[in-house]
Amino acid sequence: MSTRVGVVVFPGTNCELDVVWAVEQLGASAELLWHGDATVRGVDAVVVPGGFAHGDYLRTGAIARFSPVMGAVADYAAAGGPVVGICNGFQVLTESGLLPGALQKNRGLTFLCQTVELRVETTRSVLTGRAEKGAVLRVPINHFEGNYVCDPDTLRQLQDEDRVVLRYVDNPNGSLDDIAGIVNETGNVVGLMPHPERASDLLLGSADGIVLLQSLLG
Amino acid sequence: MRFAVRIDVTHVPGVLDPQGATVERALPALGYDNVSEVSIAKTIRLVLEAESRASATAQIDEMCRRLLANPVIERYTVELGEVVAP
Repeated sequence: MSTRVGVVVFPGTNCELDVVWAVEQLGASAELLWHGDATVRGVDAVVVPGGFAHGDYLRTGAIARFSPVMGAVADYAAAGGPVVGICNGFQVLTESGLLPGALQKNRGLTFLCQTVELRVETTRSVLTGRAEKGAVLRVPINHFEGNYVCDPDTLRQLQDEDRVVLRYVDNPNGSLDDIAGIVNETGNVVGLMPHPERASDLLLGSADGIVLLQSLLG
Repeated sequence: MRFAVRIDVTHVPGVLDPQGATVERALPALGYDNVSEVSIAKTIRLVLEAESRASATAQIDEMCRRLLANPVIERYTVELGEVVAP
């Protein structure tokens, strides 16, 4: 049976179908998880995709974290289920407390839409299990608030526990320690600003995101 | 009792404030060389019904911690004024 991926949809989410398309290309099946339903419907992996959940009002992800589905996602994550937050999904996961730190406005206050190079820093995460440590991947970013920040103790913890998953080769947004993606203590919840689903076919300019999505699909 | 509440949400000192930093660079370009420590804050105003000032303060504090501010990057200060019925 193919892996079932649940893709969370809030009002304002806009990358859900890209994720569905990408995982289906890799042989998985996908279903959308409406934010108002407090269940992840027994899927094998959850993706919180990009967009502008609840309009990003107040702060990115601030309202979304109170959507009923997020309680189910938190329970699923606590039980060891793989969860990946991409872009706005990463912001939602930090606001929910499933990942530490926060994403604030880019250094220079510019919206960034470009392909960047990412270095795989660890393979101990649900998103990089099949990647090679040190590999450089070309994956697009598309954000205004991707500037990762956390307090010095948290940063030290992330570094010491090998929880920085991806770093920018050339930091585009001012993120602390060039961080593009991190993982929780147990390795099953990952957040990243770049969009692997938009680098899932050579026709899109890069297929480097496939190894990340394949890692998630197990 | 009705309280007029003003909440200022500011950046935690030490965390780069990209908006403040940009304005701080812009002002000298206009000839204001004597400006430093620019920070951009968010103000939230609301009216709250509560039994007492203590209860209002406690509720606002909880709202700030749960939703209105993100403690990782933000601090908040609260001003509470009683609204007298016209």
